[in-house]
Amino acid sequence: MALLQIAEPGESAAPHQHRLAVGIDLGTTNSLVATVRSGLAVVLSDELGRPLLPSVVRYLPDGSSEVGYEAQARQSLDPRNSIVSVKRFMGRGLQDIAHREGMPYVFDDAPGMLRLQTAAGRKSPVEVSAEILRTLRLRAEASLGGPLVGAVITVPAYFDDAQRQATKDAARIAGLPVLRLLNEPTAAAIAYGLDNASESIYAVYDLGGGTFDISILRLARGIFEVLATGGDSALGGDDFDHRIFCWMLEAAQLKPLSVEDSRMLLTRAREAKEYLTFHGVAPINARLNSGEAVDLTLTTEIFAEISQTLVAKTIQPVKKALRDAGLSVADVKGVVMVGGATRMPQVQHAVGEFFRQEPLNNLDPDKVVAIGAAKQANLLVGNGLAGDDWLLLDVIPLSLGLETMGGLVEKIIPRNATIPTARAQEFTTFRDGQTALAVHVVQGERELVSDCRSLARFELRGIPPMVAGAARIRVTFQVDADGLLAVTAREQTAGVEASIVVKPSYGLSDGEIAGMLRDSMLHVRDDALQRALKESQVDAQRLIEAVSSALATDGDLLSGEELARVEHGIVKLQGAASGENRRQIMLAMDDLEAETKDFAARRMDKSIRRAFAGRNISELDSEVLATRAGETA
Amino acid sequence: MAVTLSERAASHVANYMVKRGKGIGLRLGVRTSGCSGMAYKLEFADVAHPDDIQFESYGVRVLIDPKSLPYLDGTELDYAREGLNEGFRFNNPNVKDACGCGESFNV
Repeated sequence: MALLQIAEPGESAAPHQHRLAVGIDLGTTNSLVATVRSGLAVVLSDELGRPLLPSVVRYLPDGSSEVGYEAQARQSLDPRNSIVSVKRFMGRGLQDIAHREGMPYVFDDAPGMLRLQTAAGRKSPVEVSAEILRTLRLRAEASLGGPLVGAVITVPAYFDDAQRQATKDAARIAGLPVLRLLNEPTAAAIAYGLDNASESIYAVYDLGGGTFDISILRLARGIFEVLATGGDSALGGDDFDHRIFCWMLEAAQLKPLSVEDSRMLLTRAREAKEYLTFHGVAPINARLNSGEAVDLTLTTEIFAEISQTLVAKTIQPVKKALRDAGLSVADVKGVVMVGGATRMPQVQHAVGEFFRQEPLNNLDPDKVVAIGAAKQANLLVGNGLAGDDWLLLDVIPLSLGLETMGGLVEKIIPRNATIPTARAQEFTTFRDGQTALAVHVVQGERELVSDCRSLARFELRGIPPMVAGAARIRVTFQVDADGLLAVTAREQTAGVEASIVVKPSYGLSDGEIAGMLRDSMLHVRDDALQRALKESQVDAQRLIEAVSSALATDGDLLSGEELARVEHGIVKLQGAASGENRRQIMLAMDDLEAETKDFAARRMDKSIRRAFAGRNISELDSEVLATRAGETA
Repeated sequence: MAVTLSERAASHVANYMVKRGKGIGLRLGVRTSGCSGMAYKLEFADVAHPDDIQFESYGVRVLIDPKSLPYLDGTELDYAREGLNEGFRFNNPNVKDACGCGESFNV
């Protein structure tokens, strides 16, 4: 029978309704999958108990592929078909890839993203990643005993839209429903429970096998915002192995080595590095092909000395990221260590010294990202504890709004609103008999449309003809967890509807967003004045429209002299409205309103007379009774 | 009348409770649900209800509401591993038949 997990009080799932969800760390070198079991986030291992899956895919001539350790083992025999570090190619064109002459692959250029020629045919990086994700999905389904509701997949904070989309596409090909993409540093912070910690600044120091990333996060109201990122895409644990390797060559005075000997000594170097994490000295023993014996002792001190420049190289990007975020070391409340290479004592020491505090390192640095993703996935499918039922991690960088009359922006969703979110607002028609409404979606903080960024336009047609202001058009802005905006306009009486989907962040870099925000702050006062002026102009226009249409229908109620005075008022207001003087517009409006007060009263009388004309009192009485009956029914 | 944990199950529960940081024990129960009539409830317990019937197995407190007890009497909760999957299993002598997956059952 099925195996059960312990639930939180009152939250036992109904049979067949287990919401199985996983977090996936799709790494450059290694990938992992984790889940929350009986309230505890755990990494799921394979049949042999190995938690990591090397991110290596080897394609075979029969069209099949092998993934992970198998592929890694044969990598050196079949380098062309063994794709390593495919993450570096995700969402990238050929021209984006540096040092590709040093890679063993046969590249093809293709619009949007490069392709790799393999024994099994042309493969896009998305397909290669999908192989890794599929392997993890199968592992998770075997471990959890059922199909997955969804997965949270982590991506580097600096991934752009194309790279994120490529990751999502890979998941789709792998048959994995994506609940959300999560930034890797954010996942690490969640693993340490910092989302429940005090609102502050946190640094995530991620030194992996081949890459180094530093991220500065700000936690505010349970939301992590990435303030700055930095790093070195060609610096990682492997470089430390290489330093030891070079030291060995020198210390043992070895002649140039064969490929096999080099690889063997590199393995010894890595073992020595790992040994030094828990010991003061590491013995290195090896026998070369030539029969020559290598017998060395590496001490912590020597290792620290030969790797000093590498450690220092990681501190430079940290300083830069802090500077980019406009912060100093003293602002950082906590430092999270991610990546196996952060186990090295000299790295821990250097980071602790720089930030003047002990870094957080009690979770396994290889697993911390996957664990955070699993926790997030668990919450997103609704398995969380009562009370913290929704964890919101992303915000809208710039306000989203609509253009209204006069080129003004009506903000519907304000900046920093947490996503997913939906807001609606009612609008109406401006002119009598207006049957269509143009919806112009804009992004930005400024008051005038011309100062914001245009995202999309569409038209709502088929509004029944009504007097101005009578139509009720509900415009709904909905932003899903991935930042996709859907705008729907619906006329409430006739039920006509039109909608559009846009990706608001598309093509906007962080710098541009920052620039737009800065502009809005500089122009707050100007914008407010501009807005007030535009609003008066719109009001004036509306009054002119209303009076003109009244004159057209009921002009005969006015004497020639009165008519002339009203018409004069209109002309005066038109003149004022085309100017920039808000006070003059207000005065002209007051005048015209005073001039038409009598006219309005007479029109009212006339319409009442028309309504009751030719009917007697008893008829009216029965109508009133009928209405009352309707009310009580 | 008794409900017990296997030693393995008890050590896993104790371990989860320590990591969870709170809770007084394990609450077992049944409820009407699922394709074969009833389903198990397996939850952490933070409070004891006045009419709960309590047992203790290998140091773990087990709480059961009186209505559920007849359906669970004689049950041993075990911890099992099936391939990559692992979790708790109810060895319940009262069960007459269960649905294919065993998530819901009939007495």
